[in-house]
Amino acid sequence: MSTVVSRPDPGTASAAREGAAVTGGFVGTGALVRLALRRDRVLLPGWIAGIVLLAVGSAAAAADLYSTVESRVASATAANNTTALVALYGRVYDPSSEGGISMVKTGGLGAVMIALLSIIVVVRHTRAEEESGRLELVGATVVGRYAPLTSALIVAIGTNAVLALLTAVGVAGAGMPMAGSFAFGLAWGGVGIAFAGIAATTAQVSSTARGATSLAAIVLGFVYVLRAVGDTAGPDGPTWMSWLSPIGWGQQFRPYSGDRWWVLLVLLGFAAVVVMGAFALVERRDIGAGLVADRLGPAGSTRLGSTLALAWRLHRGSLFGWTAAFAGLGLVLGNIAGNVGGFVDSPSAREMVAKLGGTDALTDAFISAEMGVMGLVASIYGIQAALRLRTEETGQRAEPLLAAAVSRTRWAWSHLAIAFGGPVLLVAATGAGAGLSHGASSGDMSRFGPVFASALLQVPAVWVLTGIVVLAFGAAPRLVATGWVALVVFLLLGQLGPLLELDQWAMDLSPYTHIPRFPAGDVDPVPLVWLVLIAAALVAAGLTAFRRRDITT
Amino acid sequence: MTEAISVSGLVKTFGPTRALDGLDLTVRTGEVHGFLGPNGAGKSTTIRVLLGLLRADAGTTRLLDGDPWKDAVTLHRRLAYVPGDVTLWPTLSGGEVIDLLGRLRGGLNPTRRAELLERFELDPRKKGRAYSKGNRQKVALVAALASDVELLILDEPTSGLDPLMEAVFQECVQEERVQGRTVLLSSHILAEVEALCDRVSIIRAGRTVESGTLAELRHLTRTSISAELASAPNGLAALPGVHDLKVEGLRVHFDVDTDQLDAVLRQLTQAGVRSLASHPPTLEQLFLRHYEPEPSADPVVAR
Repeated sequence: MSTVVSRPDPGTASAAREGAAVTGGFVGTGALVRLALRRDRVLLPGWIAGIVLLAVGSAAAAADLYSTVESRVASATAANNTTALVALYGRVYDPSSEGGISMVKTGGLGAVMIALLSIIVVVRHTRAEEESGRLELVGATVVGRYAPLTSALIVAIGTNAVLALLTAVGVAGAGMPMAGSFAFGLAWGGVGIAFAGIAATTAQVSSTARGATSLAAIVLGFVYVLRAVGDTAGPDGPTWMSWLSPIGWGQQFRPYSGDRWWVLLVLLGFAAVVVMGAFALVERRDIGAGLVADRLGPAGSTRLGSTLALAWRLHRGSLFGWTAAFAGLGLVLGNIAGNVGGFVDSPSAREMVAKLGGTDALTDAFISAEMGVMGLVASIYGIQAALRLRTEETGQRAEPLLAAAVSRTRWAWSHLAIAFGGPVLLVAATGAGAGLSHGASSGDMSRFGPVFASALLQVPAVWVLTGIVVLAFGAAPRLVATGWVALVVFLLLGQLGPLLELDQWAMDLSPYTHIPRFPAGDVDPVPLVWLVLIAAALVAAGLTAFRRRDITT
Repeated sequence: MTEAISVSGLVKTFGPTRALDGLDLTVRTGEVHGFLGPNGAGKSTTIRVLLGLLRADAGTTRLLDGDPWKDAVTLHRRLAYVPGDVTLWPTLSGGEVIDLLGRLRGGLNPTRRAELLERFELDPRKKGRAYSKGNRQKVALVAALASDVELLILDEPTSGLDPLMEAVFQECVQEERVQGRTVLLSSHILAEVEALCDRVSIIRAGRTVESGTLAELRHLTRTSISAELASAPNGLAALPGVHDLKVEGLRVHFDVDTDQLDAVLRQLTQAGVRSLASHPPTLEQLFLRHYEPEPSADPVVAR
């Protein structure tokens, strides 16, 4: 930033000072916005383009698939009667409408992606900058106390506005009704802005970027489950729970099914409240600090004697948090699974269910579908735990360890032990939770075994994703984010492949495609063995490359 | 083993950048060796090659009679390293990091650890994120100095220390020398280098430009002369080793290579000397001469 040095006459100078007293907290916001846009010039257009293409692509595909009212009503009714789908994506509120059934999946998936984008953008320009010390450099120039948070929010809100508009125009252009498409875009944008506000708050509460992101992601998971419980509740159940969730509000916007525009005010009002809370927290704390003050640690350690002990120490807090969340989600899902049969009330649905093998088969299908989703989420843990290798390396914390008598392989395995073992613990926790609550609610504890097994069967696919990260870390460390790209691609292949009518070979690229749909289907061990072998090969190749390359920063 | 470190013709490139361009470095066993050079000259890159963190593109590198790349793990039991930029795990206390690094190196002397903590006035209970730059460096220094090793590799270890702690550090290195340990010390603090180092190597743009004892290097520097003469200075400019000559009537100012001093003084006395002031070469001048961006091919550059 350049400053022009001049000597104003005393009158102007004092007037300028008074002006600064009023707006002082926000001085420098514009410059920080430009800095953020410069840093994110690849990230933001990439995310926006990806999400908009996802919406436009599925709208175009659905236009052919659901061209008649009959086909729409049939599919929408089936979807509304399938608890697994309702729990995941929400209900289709107007089965006959063009767009209702077509966009329900994309709407649910996209809302989560947009929420994550908002969280990443806000934390990246607030707490991450503060933690790295770069904000101190910037903050010592003419930058007000509120400027970093304000600029991050401006960038996040602007991103969501652009995204909402492009999505609306794109989806309408792909053949969906105009008004509904705008409601669809605004619902996404509104959810994004609400999560920008949530991340603004968590960035003040936690003193690390990792902590701020995790906290916001936990809120996202929690409100997603709230609306899943509300949406799947029977008429007498807690349907109001959907209204406690920003994700739920996005769906209650009901694009293509009544377009309730006023819901946008709920989303923006919520965002305004949490943002004000974040600003109040900024006022109360020192730069660099969170709300919880640091305590003194031990003066030494007799246990911290190996890289594995160190890795466990670094990962354990987050792993405990994830495990608790997975166990809790398991309890909720197991409970929902027991009610699946209860929703089948229309005669046509009952007939369809009977054809599929009765309500037991429905419950089994629900369990295997939900465990598939939990496997995807456990992959997020595996990927970020393996990515710790790279952040330790670039953060120059690997260097002193590798300069001690520690081989590269041993150091890498210290984190990989957790990146591979952690997901096993997570799916076991969710399987145990679901098995217990399903067994208790159905009064048949023999159901525990199949439910638990269904969860554990996800592990090989999760390991393949972690293996991809290890390969990138060893062979192309600058492209280590490949792990996330692979996850998104596999997720889209699995979730939207059938809708986009992709060939089977394309869907077979995803390791999740090869996980048996147990207990709904049988278990064929061959693909599982293959997945484990592929994961092992990826890890072996990655570690071999890592042993031969430079340690970079 | 008379040479703890011997490097010759070391080349390391990062894409188009040639960070090390035929670097030579010899550190004898038991000496404290100063490793100097302007920012970006390749000091840290050399150290990272010596630690097996980077792979050399060409040249031979021997460290404690081993290959730093192939024998990294066994060699690292015998050395301790303090990086220039110490980053700690934010949630671990300083004491935990000291114990961890010590144990990974193969053991720590608990008495020495306690003594060093006291001398460096370091509170080992603070968390990594609560330490200042100087205190983070102290954590790494205590971990290194309390280890029972043959070789210490220190990369600008005192850049964040206050003058009192700097003095403590110098005492500690002197003690290491008495114990017969070898130290490779990269530093910009000339007083520190002068006080501690037996020999120094100066590198620039990835090459060694000077190596030897400080006395040897001083010999290569220039003396500044100001004189008032009785008659016009004659042929002074033509003499070898005279730089930066300024003539103001009968007054002359110039720098002269120390080994040419005798001939130049003789020329001056022929013209008749009324007053004479000379400034002996300082280490600063020595370093500044080598730190300047262009090689001193241009004879007028020396300051």
